[in-house]
Amino acid sequence: MATLELSLNEDVAVTPVRRVRRLGPLFWAAVTWTVFILAAAAFAGVLPLPSPTDMDMLERRMPMSGLHWLGTDGLGRDELARLIHGARISLTVGLCAPVIGVTIGGALGMLAGYFRGRFESLVVGSMDVLLAFPPLILALAVTAYLGQSLFNLTCILGVLGIPAFMRVARAATLTLARREFVIAAEALGATHARILLRELLPNVFLPLLAFFLLGVAVTIVVEGALSFLGLGVPPPISSWGSMIGEGRESLEVAPRLAFIPAITMFLTVLSFNLVGDTLRALTDPRQGAL
Amino acid sequence: MTEPALLSVEDVSVDLPTPRGNLRAVDHVDLTIGAGRTLGIVGESGCGKTMLSRAILQLLPKKAKLSGRVRFDGQDLVGLNAERLRKLRGRSLAVVFQDPMTSLNPVLTIGTQLIETLQEHLELDGLAAKKRSVELLAAVGIPAPEQRLTQYPHQLSGGMRQRVAIAIALSCEPKLLIADEPTTALDVTIQAQILDLLAREQRRRHMAMIIITHDLGVVAGRTDEVAVMYAGRVVERAPTPALFKKMHMPYTQALLAAIPKIDAAPHTPLPAISGRPPDPTRPVQGCSFSPRCRYAGAQCYREKPLLTAAESSAHQYACFHPIQLAGGVIA
Amino acid sequence: MLGFVARRLVYLLPVLIAVSLLTFLIASLLPGDLAYVILGDQATPEKVEALRHDMGLDQPIWWRYLSWLGHVLEGDFGRSFRTGQTVWQAVAERLPVSFELMLLAEIVGIAIGVPVAIACAVRSGSAFDRFMTGSAFGMLSVPTFLSAILLIYLFAVELRWLPATGYVPFEEDPAGNLRFFVLPALTLALAEWPGIMRVLRSDMIATLQEDYIALAKAKGLKASRILFVHALKPSSLTLITITGINIGRLIGGAVIVETIFALPGLGRLLVGAIYTRDLIILQGVVLFVAGGFVLMNFIVDMLYAVLDPRIRHGHA
Repeated sequence: MATLELSLNEDVAVTPVRRVRRLGPLFWAAVTWTVFILAAAAFAGVLPLPSPTDMDMLERRMPMSGLHWLGTDGLGRDELARLIHGARISLTVGLCAPVIGVTIGGALGMLAGYFRGRFESLVVGSMDVLLAFPPLILALAVTAYLGQSLFNLTCILGVLGIPAFMRVARAATLTLARREFVIAAEALGATHARILLRELLPNVFLPLLAFFLLGVAVTIVVEGALSFLGLGVPPPISSWGSMIGEGRESLEVAPRLAFIPAITMFLTVLSFNLVGDTLRALTDPRQGAL
Repeated sequence: MTEPALLSVEDVSVDLPTPRGNLRAVDHVDLTIGAGRTLGIVGESGCGKTMLSRAILQLLPKKAKLSGRVRFDGQDLVGLNAERLRKLRGRSLAVVFQDPMTSLNPVLTIGTQLIETLQEHLELDGLAAKKRSVELLAAVGIPAPEQRLTQYPHQLSGGMRQRVAIAIALSCEPKLLIADEPTTALDVTIQAQILDLLAREQRRRHMAMIIITHDLGVVAGRTDEVAVMYAGRVVERAPTPALFKKMHMPYTQALLAAIPKIDAAPHTPLPAISGRPPDPTRPVQGCSFSPRCRYAGAQCYREKPLLTAAESSAHQYACFHPIQLAGGVIA
Repeated sequence: MLGFVARRLVYLLPVLIAVSLLTFLIASLLPGDLAYVILGDQATPEKVEALRHDMGLDQPIWWRYLSWLGHVLEGDFGRSFRTGQTVWQAVAERLPVSFELMLLAEIVGIAIGVPVAIACAVRSGSAFDRFMTGSAFGMLSVPTFLSAILLIYLFAVELRWLPATGYVPFEEDPAGNLRFFVLPALTLALAEWPGIMRVLRSDMIATLQEDYIALAKAKGLKASRILFVHALKPSSLTLITITGINIGRLIGGAVIVETIFALPGLGRLLVGAIYTRDLIILQGVVLFVAGGFVLMNFIVDMLYAVLDPRIRHGHA
């Protein structure tokens, strides 16, 4: 029987118009906060703040005042100064650890997605094995045996992030590796290295960047959790996590000692999550919640 | 018609807001069908026939705006209380969709999907419902019906799945069955079987039926009346024999001519209608078919023709230059 | 069906072996001579040498691994030299606590996440939907330990309704036991429900647009039946996956919560083992936890097949 099927879809109701995710006010607020906190941490040394380590036992747990904008903690140290110096530590770990993850994980993922075959199975399988281990335990074991230091902590948190970045890079590479521009490059005699670096990397970059930002958020949280228990950054260095941990002891008397760094950490984590998630939605709308 | 119509669609229009502007999917359509009668609604993709069927069933997408009235069995379905509507659906008003692979739930057994309808509307207990389901499956020509109850849709062939969908639709003895492109997704060899099944059941149960299709051949000999739709409007309506004998609207003629004839010489080019249906978000001034019509004149581009009666009041068309044609009978 | 199970098992075994290997390597290659640690200040070179020989520490590493693996397969995970307990005994003591915590946390998480997801899916795009989705997103940015101190501050310090720390076994005092678990389980649940809710919501939104839902409506079925039978069942696959993965993750991973609320679970056992250098316990329990996680994933895969008959029959 003949048909007069023409191209117009019968389902006229749903004409899929690509809904561009507008960068709303929330996004910009998140960016603003991120820039602000990064700047504060970067310029901590030059800001007109009292030293975060100066203890004044006579001024312990003082409420907010003109002298001490956020009051003092249990050892008489200025809270605001501690908060900003703590930002330095938390953000340093938070930014550096995912760098390890994204470089190693990203590279592994791209190679796995490009070369496929046994190499890919090996990489994916190893990541699955790594993922089977409770990450906190791994982190604790390493820091306990190799010593608690900022460097060790950053390294182990970085390594723990590798599987996630591997997955993102591999997924992006898998969808891209079969596109015409790659085949065209191959036909023109490009080497693998050239294809990977010139054709694939620029396209994998954006999803990785989005995931990097999400990784920063996660790292700040994990470092915070470890430091909260006293098992993260080594004292006397203090990050937001250690401040919250110390503040826990004063919950009955001066709850702000725990909640001020808590809120700051929450806002920072939320901002990184927002920016990273928006970026992810813009660059790869088909990938659902990971 | 002497008795009041079972279903009466009165001046129904459906508007859909889209990012590109308002889309008029259905444009002031009037239709009636009496009890036990068959109506065929024919038109190309995008002419609004599916939207019309959804409008009748009150299953339009959330954003759609419906105006007009849909009277079924004495009640106006538009704006009817949700609970009463629910009781009507499945019971007095049933539907068969185009693709049985997507219209049957893939993770529920055939039996569940049959029995739940029976239990909901006829309040049968488990055993009686099961028995009735087996009877229904047998009636639609499915072999080994008891075993089918525990099977899943993907385990059946396309034709069998559609039979199941028909069984579900018929299960509560509906007064009206709407079949939306019931055979389009099926193999050509199965199509005739399914259509015959529908016709047979319709006659046996004295059920009213609306067949929606893009293929004029489907409605020939199987319907009492045909309505041809184009760009959201009904452009010709007639009792089926009258339509085929004497078409008035050029579009109908073109539809008919485009069906390949089995006895035509090989390699006879199919006279397709040039051009495409209009973009529904940008309504055409004047007759919607005018850009593609070879008889179009100046008036056609300016005004929209309204449905006017031909020789008998049952035959209506919307055209300024109707053709006086004695069309052939479909092979 | 059998083919499906067999194929999954074939993948499972190498992963389990790799997990056991990695566990062993981590425990063995870490610095700190075990013999010295055990002997403590009684260490003399001869005693150390003797103990090392006794414990087989002077054998090559591959021999030690195979020997350990051999014992494991017989069910002998080793004995802690600190407490004298076998790994099995230590696990048997602690597992019920972790399990109860994880179970309660997951139940509460589902109890919050599923209804919210369904409500949002049905009202997709509405103000309610946007608010709940936003809340879920915000909740994901709240670290567990933050929720913990917040809840402790609210319920233990200010309102004094619930205890901050402590534990009593269920058999001894069911009501008391549950009381001690309220805050920890709630803390974890607050971290779990957003993930569950987001995934189920997007899955249900997609499902609700399917033709078979339209047909179910056209059949005049009750809205509750359409939602819970026709829509939820196909979407439940993702729910099961998420829950399964969460459960696997939580058993060894609720370290923070167990520590803050002083619950004697597996997480704390592991932390303790790290600190006392109790390598036998560390090895054994990590193998147990990691192996359990891998097995959990396997079970989830099996459940997939049960719930989606298309997978069972090799379609889809």
